[in-house]
Amino acid sequence: MAPAVQVIVCVKQIPDPSGAGRLDPETFCLVREGVEVVLDPGDEVGVEVALQLAEAAGGEVTVVSMGPEQGMDAIRKALAMGAHRAVLVSDPRLRGSDALATARVLAAAIAPLGADLVVAGTESTDGYTGTVPAAIAELLDLPALTFAKAVAVEAGTVRIHRQTEVGHDVVEAPLPAVVTVTGGATQPRYPSLRGIMAARSKPVDRPSLESLGLDPATVGLAAAADRVVAVAPAPERAAGTIVTDDGSAAARIVDFLAELKVI
Amino acid sequence: MGAIWVYAERTAAGVAPVTLELLTHVRSLGQPVEAVVLHPDGASITDALGAHGAARVHLGTDPLFADRLAQPAADALAALVCEHRPDLLVFGATYDARDVCARVGARTGAAVVANGTGLRRDGDAILVDSSIFGLTLQVTTRVGGPTPCVLIRPRSFVAEAGPARAPEILPVVVAIPPEHQRVRRVESVTAVETGPKLEEAPVVVSGGRGLQDPANFRLLDRIAELLHGAVGASRAVVDAGWVPYARQVGQTGKTVKPTVYIACGISGAMQHTVGMKGARHIVAINKDPDAPIFRLADLGVVGDTLTVLPAVIEELERRVG
Repeated sequence: MAPAVQVIVCVKQIPDPSGAGRLDPETFCLVREGVEVVLDPGDEVGVEVALQLAEAAGGEVTVVSMGPEQGMDAIRKALAMGAHRAVLVSDPRLRGSDALATARVLAAAIAPLGADLVVAGTESTDGYTGTVPAAIAELLDLPALTFAKAVAVEAGTVRIHRQTEVGHDVVEAPLPAVVTVTGGATQPRYPSLRGIMAARSKPVDRPSLESLGLDPATVGLAAAADRVVAVAPAPERAAGTIVTDDGSAAARIVDFLAELKVI
Repeated sequence: MGAIWVYAERTAAGVAPVTLELLTHVRSLGQPVEAVVLHPDGASITDALGAHGAARVHLGTDPLFADRLAQPAADALAALVCEHRPDLLVFGATYDARDVCARVGARTGAAVVANGTGLRRDGDAILVDSSIFGLTLQVTTRVGGPTPCVLIRPRSFVAEAGPARAPEILPVVVAIPPEHQRVRRVESVTAVETGPKLEEAPVVVSGGRGLQDPANFRLLDRIAELLHGAVGASRAVVDAGWVPYARQVGQTGKTVKPTVYIACGISGAMQHTVGMKGARHIVAINKDPDAPIFRLADLGVVGDTLTVLPAVIEELERRVG
């Protein structure tokens, strides 16, 4: 029998996307205090893809995350969906980490796990940077298959449909590999009550930076080479006219289009 | 003063528009401009790169650059950066370049600024403008460290050719190890498109979840036909499989700047608005009066798209039919 496939899924806790995000006016770091945090909806898709791949191959799923203690809620949700165990790297020295520092931490946490597949969302729903998964792949010297809207693993090869400007490409690579998934890859399952109960007793490893072999000088705000120098409200578009449809809205729209000479 | 480098992309259709936009803008910053192009047919675009401002072009034509994704290009680019140490490396925020940029940054230890919409100098400093949190905040970042990398969203600048000139060509020779050749593109599928291209159409009619059913996109098709426009979509409905990915407007889709953008049943999440906020005029139809899209709209209609759109079609047919 082939050894069980080890699937890693990277997840992030983010401020509830339905609320307005804020930055600290002094440090320009994300304000996390007093803000509801949730498992990034994009990562729910990542967890689902990881679970499906592991279920098909008789493997196991490990959730890996970096962030403050509040991140446990996001991890518990992933465990409740069915992941087997988790690793959370949490340390005050990580505050202000940029994308590369984040990738360093996640790569160090993933390296000892013997992953066949590392799954991540294409980008976070709060920052939209989208460079962490490819940087993890680079640091672990792994191939990366990105922007996947469909993923399949067969005979040691992962094959995806990769979103492009004009349609999609079929892209493949031998395992082990990093895969990033788009929201359309699959529909995430809801955790069952049984899953929520079981999640409470699943193991969560809490490695220190030192045990991961990370130099604190390479992470956190101190290591970030770029500096946010200004934050300002975006220029507002001039207030428009808002009308409630009373049957005349269509004519109003068409009048406006005529005014703009696009008819 | 060092050079600013632009990572130039060649697509099946020729030089990527964003490459020319970046070169045009970067040449206004008063530093030497160079381009890197890694593609078997890269030589076919060097004149265009020169005309848009590149004095020198680093040209790699290894066939691996065509169908092996990200790693061969990152290997070549990282080696070039370590050899020449340009002041700044600028990428278009495309699917391919984002992966290459992330790998080069990780390899060289350089910081990456993503989602840039502006790039300027302030004395010796290079500043990148970007927007976050649904474009409600504008962030200015001063890039630092050796050869920082910046990803700029397409259509942030307007491409304009300068005087034609042949750039100096510097061949790039790099050995790609077999373990960096593992991601292979085996097939490219183009979704069937009719009518004007989404990025070029003067009118874009986009639909979201508020349309309730994929069949209702027919209403948008008809309006687009009457206005010689193109049909776009929010990520939610693309992810749900209602319309092809090529129609997606937003962060992971296309950036459009039409004369008029008509958002139908789209709430206006950040993921979507970053792709359409540059429209000259915005019309929004949504039944939720609190939908964020109304904050962008020149004309907002609070109502059911499925009632309003047929009436719009009727009115348009009467006037132009």
